[in-house]
Amino acid sequence: MDEALLRSLTPAVLGILVRRGADFAAAEDAVQDALVEAVRVWPDDPPRDPKGWLVTAAWRKFLDATRAETARRRREDLVDAEPEQGPAQDADDTLQLYFLCAHPSLTPSSAVALTLRAVGGLTTRQIAQAYLVPEATMAQRISRAKKTVGAVRFDRPGDVATVLRVLYLVFNEGYSGDVDLAAEAIRLTRQLAAAIDHPEVAGLLALMLLHHARRASRTENGRLVPLAEQDRSRWDTTLIAEGVEVLQAALARDRLGQFQAQAAIAALHADAPTAEETDWVQIVEWYDELLEITDSPVVRLNRAVAVGEADGPRAGLKALAELDDSLPRYSAVSAYLHERDGDRRTAARLYVEAAEKASNLAEREYLTRQAARLNN
Amino acid sequence: MAKYLLLKHYRGAPEPVNNVMMDQWSQDEITAHIKYMNDFADRLRASGEFVDERALAQEGTWVRYDGEGRPPVTDGPFAETKDLIAGWMIIDTDTYERALELAGELSAAPGKDGKPIHEWLELRPLYGTAPTITE
Repeated sequence: MDEALLRSLTPAVLGILVRRGADFAAAEDAVQDALVEAVRVWPDDPPRDPKGWLVTAAWRKFLDATRAETARRRREDLVDAEPEQGPAQDADDTLQLYFLCAHPSLTPSSAVALTLRAVGGLTTRQIAQAYLVPEATMAQRISRAKKTVGAVRFDRPGDVATVLRVLYLVFNEGYSGDVDLAAEAIRLTRQLAAAIDHPEVAGLLALMLLHHARRASRTENGRLVPLAEQDRSRWDTTLIAEGVEVLQAALARDRLGQFQAQAAIAALHADAPTAEETDWVQIVEWYDELLEITDSPVVRLNRAVAVGEADGPRAGLKALAELDDSLPRYSAVSAYLHERDGDRRTAARLYVEAAEKASNLAEREYLTRQAARLNN
Repeated sequence: MAKYLLLKHYRGAPEPVNNVMMDQWSQDEITAHIKYMNDFADRLRASGEFVDERALAQEGTWVRYDGEGRPPVTDGPFAETKDLIAGWMIIDTDTYERALELAGELSAAPGKDGKPIHEWLELRPLYGTAPTITE
């Protein structure tokens, strides 16, 4: 039973149903039902043509679900009008689905949920577990999202940037349940990259691969390990090589975007054999590029860290002084720079303050330990 | 996308505007209040923002370890305790503003004379997961 294959076929099968005239919400339900049946039937009776099997099963589920007489007449017309399907059409359908599921009319959480189900082929229960909400809540979220995009035309191109934001959100959530959201985000971004030639899609894929490569070293017994202290021998060199390759091909197109710039920074970290050998000067230059593209306070904060490494803690603190001190992680950055500047007392106080403002337990514990280390 | 805890206190919060204890309400006022609370939870279920809700009894016991091989020490309830949690609801919203809006709505539950209680609720963010990309 190849679940990866099954799930990778989801968007193409759904696209075929929608092109046959099924409305998106009903088609999506039918495909989910067909996936469930596949999981049940395939282990004993593997189909020769998995996609054809899924299309047939999903279409039958769709017909079963729309039994009303008017619907029957309509679907007879639909069957007559059934279009031919080829690989190019599949890629097109897949792309349209990404656009639909990340439609600007959806809230971020709805877009994430719908993308994971309709494009990713995950079940509502899996998505609910991943986001730690009851299954009924997630079912409602998905059903409302489907209603919201119900009237959206399927054949209009959408905005790639909205899709990338959704995939980024999925990746950054990491994994908390039995579904590995980071791996799923990478799979979905790969699939998107195959359907559309766009340097920022490649940029996001590279960014994810380069960060995923460091996953094994990022925590130790549940404790966060900062980049500088990570065991670099545990970094996944295959993923790094792929990420760098994808990034280089994207950068060669000379259409820089925020994800390519972020990936370039991640690549410079990945490239350093030790933390001390990190090329911070080049990283600062990339942050400057990133600021040109998107002038966000978070980027400025991260840039201050890089400046602190490239030009010394005083320069970093100077860059930091220009920012709003209510920014998330401002105190943490300030603490770090003050310690490097030799002011342990201020650093300890700021680490305590940073711990109080942390948005997750792992960071809170890490920051508290820093304060404790300086106080003892 | 973040989870928030809406805490309702038996005591410890500032006094609400419509501060008449429930045992002084009419049957219809009590019914209307309970219906409002149930409808509120149902709306959150329908909007995909509901996570959990529980009510707590007033009684409680303090417990602590008392050394190897000894039963735990119990104490209380402490009459001087200023704060007492009555229950909670956990919501999952896209923004902090939305969480505030919902807390405000819950605080408008009707009390005596069918008027909103204007009860103080405490809104606390739950810790999320550590993000992967931070630099």
